[in-house]
Amino acid sequence: MRNWGGRVVPFNWRHTVYGYVQICYTPLAQRCYSHGGKPESDEEFDARWVTYFNKADIDAWELRKGMNTLIGYDLVPEPKILEAALRACRRLNDLASAMRILEAVKDKSGPHKKIYPYLIQELRPTLDELGISTPEELGMD
Amino acid sequence: MLTSRALLRGLKSGFWRPLSSTSSVQAAHGKDMSPDVLDPSVPQYNNRLDTPLSDVPFVRNLNSEQRQLKEKEKGPWTKLTKEEKIALYRLTHELTYPEMRRGSSEWKTVLGGVFIFLGFSGMLVWWQRIFVFGEVPHTLSDEWVEKQTQRMIDMRVNPVGGFAYHWDYVKKQWK
Repeated sequence: MRNWGGRVVPFNWRHTVYGYVQICYTPLAQRCYSHGGKPESDEEFDARWVTYFNKADIDAWELRKGMNTLIGYDLVPEPKILEAALRACRRLNDLASAMRILEAVKDKSGPHKKIYPYLIQELRPTLDELGISTPEELGMD
Repeated sequence: MLTSRALLRGLKSGFWRPLSSTSSVQAAHGKDMSPDVLDPSVPQYNNRLDTPLSDVPFVRNLNSEQRQLKEKEKGPWTKLTKEEKIALYRLTHELTYPEMRRGSSEWKTVLGGVFIFLGFSGMLVWWQRIFVFGEVPHTLSDEWVEKQTQRMIDMRVNPVGGFAYHWDYVKKQWK
């Protein structure tokens, strides 16, 4: 049963190849547990979600539930989580959901306009491989 | 009694008809106009920023063209044209995120309405001032006030900190 004790986990950037301004928030992993134990680290969080979306026979409900829950958190998901989600969409033959996911993370970034281009840059190989067009490419913004 | 009931029924069907589903509208949307939208126990489509993937797709009853497109979706997406991708998106989602975020100009209507009514009230007050209220009492006329002021100075009203304090009795003027 997933724990809803998640607090603010500021978005942790990594250095990009093009040398974007490196605004590194310190990764304050603050996911608490009601049963004690140490808070989950960022890597564990990411790994958990990647595993979730990488399930080979994921069904549409699980994709929707996972995505809606992930968007409910106070963070922008890492590219590797999004890649796993996009591949899950491919397995489910659902292009509309793939595009919706991209829109949702752009919206999630809020005023931080540099996050979305970074994500697209990281996801570019996956987008090209699967043939997913971004909403901007289709003129839907 | 009977005629009024019949009248009521006639009114009801005539009034509610545009709001209820017609078959042509249903074919176009397949979401909004079906009885489902009035039944909260069945999963609904909704446009929400915090719920990117809704429980059901926007268009549920696909015609043959749309079904063909869905079949094509099962193959490589690189083979889909831009229009097809947009069509697929619109089948599942009614509004894009920018469309959801777009505000309306309703505030202009509201503000305009408020000002109209304020203006109307102002008109009423003005009319009332002219046609309803009588003359102002004579004790507020300039000459009366002059004499009254002089009397107050002579009486030394509030000589310490108030009225007469401000009158210079030597120079016979206000300080």
